[in-house]
Amino acid sequence: MNIVLSKEAGNFGENKDIARKIRIKQIMPALVDGKEVILDFKKMTGATQSFIHALIVSPMREFNDVFFEKVKFKNCSPTIQQVIKIVSEYTQEGMEE
Amino acid sequence: MKILFSNLDQLKSINYFLSLNKLSNSGKLEISSKNNWAYVHPACLAFTAAIAEEVGKENTTINIDDEQAIIYLDRMGLYKYASNSCPVKYDKHEESGRLIPITQLKTDAEQSKFIADLHPILHLSPEKSETIKYVLGELIRNVIEHSNAKNGAFVAVQYTASKDKLSIGICDTGIGLRASLEKYHNPIDDLDAIRLALMPGVSGTAYHGGTGDNAGAGLYIVKSIVKTTRNYFFVYSGNAAYKMHKFDKRVKHGPRLNENPFADKCSTYDDLPSFGGTLIGLDLTLTDTERFSEILERIKIAYSKAIRERKKTKYKEIKFI
Repeated sequence: MNIVLSKEAGNFGENKDIARKIRIKQIMPALVDGKEVILDFKKMTGATQSFIHALIVSPMREFNDVFFEKVKFKNCSPTIQQVIKIVSEYTQEGMEE
Repeated sequence: MKILFSNLDQLKSINYFLSLNKLSNSGKLEISSKNNWAYVHPACLAFTAAIAEEVGKENTTINIDDEQAIIYLDRMGLYKYASNSCPVKYDKHEESGRLIPITQLKTDAEQSKFIADLHPILHLSPEKSETIKYVLGELIRNVIEHSNAKNGAFVAVQYTASKDKLSIGICDTGIGLRASLEKYHNPIDDLDAIRLALMPGVSGTAYHGGTGDNAGAGLYIVKSIVKTTRNYFFVYSGNAAYKMHKFDKRVKHGPRLNENPFADKCSTYDDLPSFGGTLIGLDLTLTDTERFSEILERIKIAYSKAIRERKKTKYKEIKFI
């Protein structure tokens, strides 16, 4: 499943409600079905940590290894890459407890 | 209530501005100024507009004589919140490229539109506008989601082209940081609430580690961006305030990003007039996207280290006798 985020979030991801909606309606059901998920950031120049957190932290916590195997990030700007890495690292630090 | 503007009203001395205000709930607000001032930080304007909206336009008056000051306040949109209109006639310039007048935002849809319109309004390249979009996106969202402010967020921005610097103020008259953090973190006073709010991983929605929707990272990252770009950062809530000073440019290797905000070069105040909401002021030197991603890389390393260190301190000590 290829999810083009800019279709709903515009060219800068800051609206957590939109991120939450994409997570609940698209990402989680796809992972439950064992499908691969491609989060495509084409046309997006940036995103806040809050947006990325609302998008990926719940599936990362709930699916753990499956998340890292099935979810891929595409067309990320350097800024978006860094924000995803920040969220990924602090979430994994918390998951080790 | 009285708010007094002066020429000292920049972040460096904003505690002076705040200490002169009289915020006792009299139901009326009078805005005045000391003579011959020309410019105040947008944080002062956002703060004043938020109070004026709370008191009501019909109960707010602006009593200022200096013509330049009147024009400036009108351009920044403050007269919209007062019962008296701007008394000076002047040619209104096209404001875009220099400032965003005081803007009230109540919903996430209003926030998204405001953020989307930023770079055309400020005449910034899309690359340069990344930092301000990021910072405003996080700060406005905090107000809408956590402040319980019925009037939403008041935002004002000024751009100084010669320094390539943005000055940003954002204010709400909601529950304040202490009440927001009370449920899970029990701050001992307003200053402790500010300290907790600026620490990574402290969220008003969970004891530890955040939830699927909140990490408690937003303010820490914004403060770290400001520190890395060597500027002032300021928070005021309750009777307390925190001001992070500019980082010394002569130091090599850039500033250390501390988990504890009080470990930064800063000033703290706990005897200011009591303010029920939250005010944040900051200055930001614009950077291009490449530099911004480098800043985020540094924040990522500091954040992970802070969480690892905090986890170590969580282990309870065994008592051997």
